[in-house]
Amino acid sequence: MDVLLIIIGAILTNNILLTTFFGICPFIGVSGEYQAAAGMGMAVVFVLTLTIPINWLIEHFLLQPLGIEYLRFIAFIITIAFLVQIVEMFVARFSPALYNALGIYLPLITVNCAIFGTSLFMIIWKLNFVQSAALGFGAGVGWALAILAMAAIRERLRFAPIPKGFEGPAITLITAGLMALGFAGFSGMIHMQAFGG
Amino acid sequence: MEKVHDHVQRAAEAPALPRRRLTETESFRDLIKGLWENNPTFRMILAMCPTLGTTNMAINGFTMGISTALVTVASSATVSLVRKLVPSEVRIPAYMIIIAAYVTVVDLSLKAFVPELSKALGPFVPLIVTNCFVLGRAEAFASSHGPWLSAMDALGVGLGFTASLTTLGIIRELLGFGSIFGMPVLGSWWVHWVIMVLPGGAFLVLGLFIGIIKYFSPGGTLGGA
Repeated sequence: MDVLLIIIGAILTNNILLTTFFGICPFIGVSGEYQAAAGMGMAVVFVLTLTIPINWLIEHFLLQPLGIEYLRFIAFIITIAFLVQIVEMFVARFSPALYNALGIYLPLITVNCAIFGTSLFMIIWKLNFVQSAALGFGAGVGWALAILAMAAIRERLRFAPIPKGFEGPAITLITAGLMALGFAGFSGMIHMQAFGG
Repeated sequence: MEKVHDHVQRAAEAPALPRRRLTETESFRDLIKGLWENNPTFRMILAMCPTLGTTNMAINGFTMGISTALVTVASSATVSLVRKLVPSEVRIPAYMIIIAAYVTVVDLSLKAFVPELSKALGPFVPLIVTNCFVLGRAEAFASSHGPWLSAMDALGVGLGFTASLTTLGIIRELLGFGSIFGMPVLGSWWVHWVIMVLPGGAFLVLGLFIGIIKYFSPGGTLGGA
């Protein structure tokens, strides 16, 4: 039950993209094309689900016993870069189809702040191992949902009369604002000890 | 490096000429470029997460901007100093570790000296590690220029970022709470637009800003699709 609440919460009420603004740069850059958005979304779900539990293990079995929590940022970013590399090699070796689908989006994930930010939330919220895995998966699905919705909206926007200057990033941000207002409607459905953006 | 050398040589060869004004030096030009031409938020559309996440109040935006500027200057100068020691295959991970080290310093300093602000900024100070323009300046400028010019370039971009964040923070705080930097300026007649300090307002204000700037200076913005 607890785990289910975390997953639903991470997808809807505390959507990392629309309420805490993690991973906005790829969201704006890649949402122009539906296929690309799907690839990026899949890659994020994949990497988030893997990294959050592994960062949990590093935090609880390496950093805390040694009392070196101040090295957390360095440890996490190294883990993320390392994992992305490993995942890329694994996928390329064992599932060329998936590798082609994820394409160039896998390496880009190292600098996607959704991964690093969710790792920090796992620490701030003091989650246990299973809860952390649930958070990683839920946050990834939430991010993918938002970018897919945006990509679908932008397909329509292509034929809409947009004021001069507002094409591209500006209209995407304003549309995201309206989406965020929509998602704000979910707040209160589940109470998480959220960080007020 | 050659340019710096050239500049030093010229300065040494022509002592009789009137001293070059500060505004004509190369370092000053790099500094100014970052403020507007290369403004990370409005022109390059980079570092959107902290821009949206910390501008609900002017003071939060300002603190976030200054913290990012400090990290950018320190990491650009360091990257420039070690640029000949780091093999190019591992340069990106090396830069990330340098940046992460400075972010840790800034984060711990904020926690020690301004604990309330540190709490209000939450995970966004640690997130400077994955800030695209900090790494961008290291890769695009510091890896091929001397430490002084790199620091100036980073300072310009950092201050440009601070200016954008503070501006957005002032607008959102004014509309959302009727105050600027915590001081009430609009009287009690002002009905607070609470939406402006919520996530939705962040997207709307930034979107309008970028759109209006692009309207008046077409072709100026990069990034996005």
